[in-house]
Amino acid sequence: MNIILILIPAALFLGGLGLAAFLWSLKSKQYDDLDGEAARILFDDDGPAKRPADRR
Amino acid sequence: MSCCSTRVPPETARASAAAARDAEFDLSAETPRPGVRRLHLAAPSMHCGACVATIERRLGAQSGVLAARANLTAKTVTVEWSDSAQTAGEIAAEIEALGFPVYAVDDAKAESAEAAAATDLLRRMAVAGFAAANVMLLSVSIWAGAEGSTRDLLHWISALIALPTIAYSGRPFFVSALGALKGWRLNMDVPISLAIVLAAIVSLYEVSQGGHEAYFDAAVSLIFLLLIGRWLDSLMRGNARSAARTLARMTPRGAWVLPPNGERRFVPVDEIEAGDVVQLAPGDRMPVDGTVLSGTSALDRSLLTGESEPVAVASGGIVEAGALNLDGGLTVRATSTAEASTLADIAKLVTAAEERKSRLARLADRAAQIYAPVIHLVALAVLLGWLATGADLREAILAAIATLIVTCPCALGLAAPMAQAVASGALFGRGIMLKDGAALERLALVKAAAFDKTGVLTLGTPRVIEAPALEDQDRAMVAALAGQSRHPMAQAVDQWARHQRKATPMPTLDDTRESPGEGIEAMALKTPVRLGSARFCGVERTDGASALSEVWFRLGEAQAIRFGLEDTLRPEAAETVGALHNAGIATIILSGDRAPVVKALGETLGTDAEAELRPEDKLARLERMRKTRTPVLMVGDGLNDAPALAAADVSIAPANASDVGRAAADIVFTGRSLGAVRTVWHVAQQTRAVILQNFGLAALYNMIAIPAAAAGLVGPLEAAIAMSTSSLLVTANALRIRLVLPAEPQVAVGAAAAERGTKGGRETAQQGALA
Repeated sequence: MNIILILIPAALFLGGLGLAAFLWSLKSKQYDDLDGEAARILFDDDGPAKRPADRR
Repeated sequence: MSCCSTRVPPETARASAAAARDAEFDLSAETPRPGVRRLHLAAPSMHCGACVATIERRLGAQSGVLAARANLTAKTVTVEWSDSAQTAGEIAAEIEALGFPVYAVDDAKAESAEAAAATDLLRRMAVAGFAAANVMLLSVSIWAGAEGSTRDLLHWISALIALPTIAYSGRPFFVSALGALKGWRLNMDVPISLAIVLAAIVSLYEVSQGGHEAYFDAAVSLIFLLLIGRWLDSLMRGNARSAARTLARMTPRGAWVLPPNGERRFVPVDEIEAGDVVQLAPGDRMPVDGTVLSGTSALDRSLLTGESEPVAVASGGIVEAGALNLDGGLTVRATSTAEASTLADIAKLVTAAEERKSRLARLADRAAQIYAPVIHLVALAVLLGWLATGADLREAILAAIATLIVTCPCALGLAAPMAQAVASGALFGRGIMLKDGAALERLALVKAAAFDKTGVLTLGTPRVIEAPALEDQDRAMVAALAGQSRHPMAQAVDQWARHQRKATPMPTLDDTRESPGEGIEAMALKTPVRLGSARFCGVERTDGASALSEVWFRLGEAQAIRFGLEDTLRPEAAETVGALHNAGIATIILSGDRAPVVKALGETLGTDAEAELRPEDKLARLERMRKTRTPVLMVGDGLNDAPALAAADVSIAPANASDVGRAAADIVFTGRSLGAVRTVWHVAQQTRAVILQNFGLAALYNMIAIPAAAAGLVGPLEAAIAMSTSSLLVTANALRIRLVLPAEPQVAVGAAAAERGTKGGRETAQQGALA
């Protein structure tokens, strides 16, 4: 049963990775403007201006 | 880029923006860091990715602009720039110069607080989901037969994951439960919190004693499932933008005032008094009611009436607060203060009505009021029962907790939001936007329905229903003349003439002239021809209250000919009103229009009708209906309907309604047919049925689970199975709403835009002629 000492932390780590990725995407406002982002991918120039830095 | 064009020409917008709005925007800009200014602007006419790119590129190229971001979903633009480089007004003018009218967002804070609350729930839900999956995984190994130290290890790991999760993700429930208890009330969150907290404490005690039974998995998945319901709910509520807020956004913050002998100055809107002389540049919104002293212009009164056709005003004309000045400069004498303006009056009525409505109890809340005390009594009875039969305290508490957990209103918490979310999705596919899920609950029970006339039962586009027999030649002449005008009435006559005309060649007309509000005239082979009002065609008014609007036609000095026009009925208006009537719902027309017209429509549709009502009359009439027959449905579109829309238990507006009308309504439908109202009503009944079935399922499941739990037969495994089964059942039952919807052709959401485009008339008139 010693294998669970490796497997449980591994499972928690991988799950945690997924959770962290989701929380990061949420925090970086990736769900704020779903319509806009869909269109934004089509802009072929080097980005007009950066987004406001701070989060309200 | 065609979708990005607007009616305000860029040059005039820029001219007007120069100074007046500077002060206005400056008031709303914030200073996030020293030397940096930030402005939130609403740009409702932003429609596509190209609009976003255009705005961001233009702003990015400005000197001093640090960051610019357009949000297409929320239709807002956020700009940051260094204070010294530009003024707030210049930034706004830059965007307006591109053809996007912008408004300062007063309520950025309120709105972002709502969004933050939803995001917060989502974050807690993600954490709970992660924890539920992992704890369940560990629990499965325990149930599979882990023994001794292995079981203890797995229990401890579960505890390490579950306890912080409960503390973090369970917070919304604990806070709400505490709030309720402080006010000596019980809500659904009280039994939830109690079950979670007790389960955690007892499980921890069990684990520390090396016991067999821990309820960590149950507690965490309970939180996860309930947070799903809570989040769905907040998502639906977030969609319901307050109508009063939209109104406030439409009111300017100030205006240029000309003192009797002095420099003109920019005065904040609350300091404008009746009698002040206000200058209104093109692109400005009127801050107060007034009468025009000098100048001519076209006004966009769509905010007040929902009618997109610009209205011409000249000296002596009346300008209401909220009207948008389109093309000429106006000097206006204020007849009211902003506080007392038409717009402010309506805003006050709307706010009051919204407040009252937000207090209406929801189905799930009402269920909780009965459910929560029952659960507590049952759990207490179980505890006392075990103690009475001589069991030790630990056994008794475990049985009581098992009872609390299996009865925990997981299915109840999911029942309503899940059904509403599914219904909302299904309706969206049919071009119907649901802003408030609870509106469906009330709609299902509706006992009375009030309809506005223009724009709801009728399309606001006239058609000819009375016309004399004409020679083919004359008919061709009428068609040729009417075709020259864009006036809706002329368009209707044109349509009629084209339908009647056989293959006669069109006469040539020269020297066509149109006098606004009067008619159109031209020369046909040296004979003047006129089409327009009775006076315009030299007819003595044969007075009498006719239900029809009239257009006259006159060829040279011959006898003038009369056309009677009637507003086109919205498709399926009769069927919808009839269907509601047959279902025992009292229907009534509440209109601001002239009595004969309204009465005639009421007879056509077989309903009661009240005419010549002002917005407050409509509201009063609606309140009276609410006393005898609640809930009441209101279907309306204009600003004059807004108070009634907000006051009704549930309200529906077409997508081409005025902004405020749309914001005040719970449900908005796109497309031309009023059949949408019937569809929503059906779906509402279905949704209510499903919610009640779900409550029934939950009750049935409790009837089986409670005795088992009370008998001490329910361990963690049984609790977990019971809980997920009931939640799955409830979700699956909610999905049935999609299946039972009547098969209808899908209405594209784009239809709303098309609808607005043709409001002026051509196709509508054709439809009317066919109808």
